Amino acid sequence: MAGKGRGVAAFTFNIEALGIGRGSMPEARVGPTPLFPNTDFKPVPLKAGEDEDYMLALKQEMRGTMQRLPHNIKPQTNKAEVEKYTERYLKQTQMDDEEWAPDWNLFPKELMPQKKKPRAKPGIKKKTVKISRKDTENILSKLEELAKKDEGNPEKSDDETEKKTGNKDEEEEIEAEEYEEEDIEEDNDYIESYFDNGEDFAPDSDENMDGEATY
Amino acid sequence: MTAQEVRLCGLLLQEHFGEVVAKVGTHLLKSGAQNLRTIIHETGISLDLVKKSLCVLVQHGTCVFSSGRKAPGSPTEYRTSCDRILRILRYPRYIYTAKTLYGDTGELIIEELLQRGDMTMSSTVKTVADRLTQNMEEGRSMDYSEVSSAFSKLVETHFLQRCPPMAGAGTKDSGTPATPATPAIPESFPDCYRVPHVTLIGRGKRRLSNEDGEDQRNAKKTKMDSETHGDEGIYWQVNFERFHLHFRDQAIISAVANKLDQTSSEIVRTMLRMSEVTTSPTATCTKPLSANEIFRSLPSSYNIPRPILDQYLTLLVDDPMEFVGKAGESGGGMYVVNLHKALANLARATLESVVQERFGSRSARIFRLLLRKRHLEQKQVEDFAMIPAKEAKDMLYTLLSQNLVQLQEIPKTPDYAPSRTFYLYTVNQLPTARMLLQNCYKTVANLIERRLFESKESKRLLEKSQRIEAILASLQASGAEPEQLTEVEEMITAPEKQQLEALRLHINKLDSAENQVDETIFLLESYVNSTATS
Repeated sequence: MAGKGRGVAAFTFNIEALGIGRGSMPEARVGPTPLFPNTDFKPVPLKAGEDEDYMLALKQEMRGTMQRLPHNIKPQTNKAEVEKYTERYLKQTQMDDEEWAPDWNLFPKELMPQKKKPRAKPGIKKKTVKISRKDTENILSKLEELAKKDEGNPEKSDDETEKKTGNKDEEEEIEAEEYEEEDIEEDNDYIESYFDNGEDFAPDSDENMDGEATY
Repeated sequence: MTAQEVRLCGLLLQEHFGEVVAKVGTHLLKSGAQNLRTIIHETGISLDLVKKSLCVLVQHGTCVFSSGRKAPGSPTEYRTSCDRILRILRYPRYIYTAKTLYGDTGELIIEELLQRGDMTMSSTVKTVADRLTQNMEEGRSMDYSEVSSAFSKLVETHFLQRCPPMAGAGTKDSGTPATPATPAIPESFPDCYRVPHVTLIGRGKRRLSNEDGEDQRNAKKTKMDSETHGDEGIYWQVNFERFHLHFRDQAIISAVANKLDQTSSEIVRTMLRMSEVTTSPTATCTKPLSANEIFRSLPSSYNIPRPILDQYLTLLVDDPMEFVGKAGESGGGMYVVNLHKALANLARATLESVVQERFGSRSARIFRLLLRKRHLEQKQVEDFAMIPAKEAKDMLYTLLSQNLVQLQEIPKTPDYAPSRTFYLYTVNQLPTARMLLQNCYKTVANLIERRLFESKESKRLLEKSQRIEAILASLQASGAEPEQLTEVEEMITAPEKQQLEALRLHINKLDSAENQVDETIFLLESYVNSTATS
């Protein structure tokens, strides 16, 4: 076995049996085949005739119309920085096209565009935020209540706690206002006390700089 | 689906529906059924655009959706298939066929439906009538009723069909919000398939009569307004299968005409027309027809006397292509058209001619020899083909390396020793046809890319010529001087004109090639499909 694997053309059989005689082995190939190899046979010309011409015209017309239909969706971010003169006309022709109003009975509901949302967005957002804030307040108050219940006298009757909650509601409102103020501050993203104008550090660095400069 | 098919689908979608749809479509093709959220996540396209693209795909029937398979409440899933997208390539042929069968009206109806995916009968009729009126001379107009009768004819002959109704469509009046994510169940599709053919609801309800051409131009804007025609919610689409049956019949008829003569092709045409209704689309051969029946149905204009018909029929039966077969002796002989056999033979002829055009007639001789004799040893190939051993070997090996010819080893002893093994060459028609089909898809994709490249190269020039044409048109409309017009025309220099002309020539050639490759694709596809059903 050892000798067999190394031989260059050492087939384990007589290659003449395959019909490959001496000198009829194909030439060794060097390198990959060319990308556009020469073809021995040239392609036959295309059919030409009235039918073909008409189909060609149909094809090109179809392509043209399909690109103008609203079904052809353009990516949103292809606005050139400089508006071209032609673009004005192109836009106009597209405006002429009727809007595509599909029958939504035939489509899944989730594909319905929600156009009204963007306009109403600010309002909705505020609402949701407020609701969530109220929720958190409620939770906070409840937690507080529970905490008070725990630390205080658990023997107290339910009535009293109810009264207390009545008071607390008022407190909460006040708290809520405070809360909002805090929020506004935080919206600013700066906390006043944290403002650093760099004065604290400047003297030292200045000295250092001067020191270095003197050399 | 293969990589070639997906690539071609992507290109086709891009050309017709834009980049975004192409991206969504190919993504769906590659990854199978997916829900909206996954698509958005994996493609990285914004929600709005994905929604729109899916709408476009659904509208054109290239995408089906169904509520999730995993659980009844899981989100809607979307699925596309290559088959339907590849039909885009054949659109010109459908339209042209409609024109030859039903004139300009039929052509426009099919064209509109293909452009929009699906439409109601009333809106189709209106748009088509408007378009026809615009092409007519002043003062004349197209009658709606004429268009709608053409429409009903197309439906009668099954070229148009109703879109399968949504599963929730029945309940839509009672309460739309109650049925969230109502999916069209694809399983119910075969049932709805037949419904539209018998019902011609649209016809009776077409009560609006003709309008003047002048009004219609104005009416174009208002036509979207709410006029009810009673067929809202009933959408129609093109029945591609029916068109394919027609193409198949035409292919058989023209093959007979080429092989034998015009008269025999007319006989086959008559036979096919007689069995059009009675034969199911997937049948291997038509229902048997007696020679008497055929004789009676032959149009009198052909002038074929009975004895001549009998002779022609025997000739057709004896022909090696086996387009027509004999099913019995009763009634003066029962005859059938062997549809699937004809397709197989046409596909075989296509394979042979491909080999001939690519490797020469002598290679084609070897190929045909192997097709006929099934299995041959190398020595036998050389002998039978009567080609010198050295050349025959070369050709055989080239065919083998191109996968057009297969090699079968049959060892005499279990050790597969080459000296004690038969090496038989053979041609498998079906796998070879499949391979060729893939090559065709690749060819079309390459053609499209080449065309895109060509037009991209001279984008500036094209834009310029478009601009100048626009200016010319506006000048002409405003009634400018002829000198002014020529001045504008001269803005395109002579070399530029030459370049444009060359570009137009190239693009026409590439487009035409696409159309013609599709004919081969159609033949091979039908052959492959016919073997799947039989």
